[in-house]
Amino acid sequence: MPEVLRDSQGSKHYLINLNVNGDTYTLAVKGNALLVNVLRDWLDFTGTKKGCELGDCGSCTVLIDGKPVNSCMVLAVEAEGHEITTIEGVSPSDKLDRLQESFIANAAIQCGYCTPGMILAGKALLTHNPHPTEMEVREAISGNLCRCTGYVNIVKAILAVADENPPEGGESA
Amino acid sequence: MNDGYNVIGKSVGRIDGKVKVTGQAKYTGDLRFPGMLVGKILTSPYAHARILSIDTSEAEKLPGVKAVITHKDVPSLKYGISPARWDENIFCIEKVLFVGDKIAAVAAVDEETVYKALKLIKVEYEVLPAVLDPLKAMDEDTPWLHAEYPHNINTEIHQDFGNVEKAFAESFHVRTDRFVGQRAYQSPIEPHSAISMWDGDKLTVYSSTQSPHYFQYYIARQFGLPMGNVRVLKTYIGGGFGGKLEPTGLEFAGAALAKITGRPVRMFYDRHEMFAHNRGRHRQYMELKTGVDKDGKILGVYANFLMDGGAYTSLGVASAYYAGALLTIPYDFANYRFDMYRVYTNLPACGAQRGHGHPQPRFAFESHMDNIAHDLRLDPIELRLRNARKPGTITPNEFKVNSCALEAAVEKARAISNWDEKRNNLPKGRGIGIGLGAFVSGAGYPIYRTNLPHAAAIIKVNEDGSSATLYTGAVDIGQGSDTVLCQMAAEAMGYTFEKMTIVSADTEAAPHDFGAYASRQTLMSGAAVKQAGEDVKKQLLELAAPSLGINVAELDCRDEVIYVKKSPEQQRTFAEVAREFFVKKGPLVGKGSYTPPKLGGKFKGAAVGTSPAYSFAAQVTEVAVDPETGEVNVLEAWDVHDCGKVINPALLHAQVHGAFFMGMGESVWEEVLFDENGKILNANLSDYRVPTALDMPQFHSELVDSYEPNAPWGVKEVGEGATTPTMGSIANAIYHASGVRIKSLPISPEKIWRALKEQREE
Ligand code: FES
Ligand code: FES
Repeated sequence: MPEVLRDSQGSKHYLINLNVNGDTYTLAVKGNALLVNVLRDWLDFTGTKKGCELGDCGSCTVLIDGKPVNSCMVLAVEAEGHEITTIEGVSPSDKLDRLQESFIANAAIQCGYCTPGMILAGKALLTHNPHPTEMEVREAISGNLCRCTGYVNIVKAILAVADENPPEGGESA
Repeated sequence: MNDGYNVIGKSVGRIDGKVKVTGQAKYTGDLRFPGMLVGKILTSPYAHARILSIDTSEAEKLPGVKAVITHKDVPSLKYGISPARWDENIFCIEKVLFVGDKIAAVAAVDEETVYKALKLIKVEYEVLPAVLDPLKAMDEDTPWLHAEYPHNINTEIHQDFGNVEKAFAESFHVRTDRFVGQRAYQSPIEPHSAISMWDGDKLTVYSSTQSPHYFQYYIARQFGLPMGNVRVLKTYIGGGFGGKLEPTGLEFAGAALAKITGRPVRMFYDRHEMFAHNRGRHRQYMELKTGVDKDGKILGVYANFLMDGGAYTSLGVASAYYAGALLTIPYDFANYRFDMYRVYTNLPACGAQRGHGHPQPRFAFESHMDNIAHDLRLDPIELRLRNARKPGTITPNEFKVNSCALEAAVEKARAISNWDEKRNNLPKGRGIGIGLGAFVSGAGYPIYRTNLPHAAAIIKVNEDGSSATLYTGAVDIGQGSDTVLCQMAAEAMGYTFEKMTIVSADTEAAPHDFGAYASRQTLMSGAAVKQAGEDVKKQLLELAAPSLGINVAELDCRDEVIYVKKSPEQQRTFAEVAREFFVKKGPLVGKGSYTPPKLGGKFKGAAVGTSPAYSFAAQVTEVAVDPETGEVNVLEAWDVHDCGKVINPALLHAQVHGAFFMGMGESVWEEVLFDENGKILNANLSDYRVPTALDMPQFHSELVDSYEPNAPWGVKEVGEGATTPTMGSIANAIYHASGVRIKSLPISPEKIWRALKEQREE
């Protein structure tokens, strides 16, 4: 259980350590603080977007221990002790990740508001299933709404990366 | 293939691709300024009520609250986006007119405090009977929303071209059908937000807007400031689709709160508030009567429409005119009459949504055409080909259509969809349908009366020629205009795309442009950019000519190389000459601006629908309908577009994907629903039912050759036009699959199931 602190009004705050993109941040948050708001407002990871705060749109998707999660549906205190990856953590250097490259090459971005969530959902899929079918890709991003692209090029971008993955069970060259 | 262009016509990656895939792109809601407060608007819980009192004292006492304002604290000048009908106040003064109407606003240190403070504002109301049924809005005993608009008539249109009655009398067959289009909402994934801050009497507003110019104009007017004292700039925008074209109230309230507190204020709508604010597609009742000769040639059309405008005008005057105006574009007929009433109701105001005013009438007309084909035992494509518009023609309402490759588009759609085979041989429960569409490539006239050019551009070449920056007021809301305009700039200059940067949509840093609406930027902003690029090139060539010992006319520049046309090995680099230019003459700057030619007729409303060019599209859709449940599965779709010369094919096809996707949502699922008190029932993305990746069919987007003489490089629009044929094409496929004609949108499983049941019982 995280340590409890009280502010001047007597409200409880919890002292938590959040592991985001490999770095640890120590924060005192209220029990009702949403992970999405802590990431955005306190830590400036504004690549995590907010489109609804109801768990409908997926634009707040982050990876928690590799699994895509709507960060507007998670309390910051619940995220302690887990590895959180935001879009800012997908490519650790200036070199883009293959999926990021693929989104650009396949014109899978328009307004870009859904893009961070889409890329994280796609990353999570490709990590545990390097050769998804088109249907599996569509299912994997079905919790991420995009109002611009009709998903056509997003599906294409994810499949293009899958195609480059070494064949399953085969020898790698 | 070398068509003589080095930069345009190529699918270069988006100029903003990298910042968007890394999460670095800042949208308005991502910005932070020192001391920034959070603001929100308190809205009405009643559809129609008199405000008896507002008590803000408790809210003001809450620790962390910095300001609470009502109508008393802001100008009472009425505003709106349609100057003919300014009917909104920043905050309601006497009455609230819909659930969600604006009453007061709070600025506080954080979101939690703001929400608490809103709850502490006490408003006493006298609830009034609400007008919720647009069909009863004009009745004798229905109360009026606005005293200035008797019988709730916001806009009334009566246009008559040729002689429709005579055409009907001479027709072989006359058919009347009635259709209903639903209230839909743009639902961009990024919610509206605005950050306002003052420095003395100068106001800066960061806004998620499709048009910094209109915001600047309306904010300046509202606060009595010269336009130069208002700077509006957009950051990255998370989609608009028409919903971010007009002021939302956030900008006005935010500006007032920022003035009082002396601090930056960030205002935002949550998802529910976005639905409540709305400004989406109108609910529309559409009666169509058409007379044809025995070959199916259309002789005359009468369109008799009524629109539910909601509580305010918004962009609705234009929506109402567009609804009738653009019906004359895809099919060629001489006699046309259009009657329209746009009525007020105590529901959120409706405005412009992708394809402004046109998609629903298009749905109605395309369904109506299929019914006529059925009556005449003609293939729906055959009937369309017999009536398809040809290039170089004029519509009955005096729109001049230059380029038009509609026939070729229809033929191509027929071929690639394998229509002839499928139309006759699909199994039971499967169907294929066609719809045609068209749209303006920019409006011939701006929203308010002004003689400003429609677009302007400046290009500044870096001192050593190693980069160039395009300054434009055009707005990239996701459609890719920043990329396309940089391609155009580089092409016109003889430069390379990779060395271009852009400053767009900032009323202080970039020259005027009306913004992202009416599918105008590729043509209109593009024309200004082309001119600016050519201006740069001309200056460079003039400087280079003497050094190459040749006449300017014999020089050209491409791909950063200035060369002698007849002996290309005689050359100098762009960068070298640009640097020399700076040394000898100062900054190398090119300028351009664009004003469309005088367009249209002289009758009332003649301006709406005018455009320098029209795009055309044919869409074929294949669906499966489950006879047990009425469930529709959209299986595959083909779009063939006539959009003139293409600047960036990948971005263009992506526009078509998105346009079809939105049209599909409105065809089958999307509708904003209200209870009997005017409260929205489905103000969230899942109940409203924005389609997911599982709903999108296999999709094919193709083009036909076309060149528009009225446009830079022959371009035309695509982003909105591609949404216009979709609802008709899907409706016709559903009819083909199920044998039932559903005349109201969305074509929900329930409607199909009921119609099938009725059919069985007959
Ligand atoms: S903001 Fe979290 S799902 Fe929409
Ligand atoms: S790109 Fe705009 S929401 Fe997906």
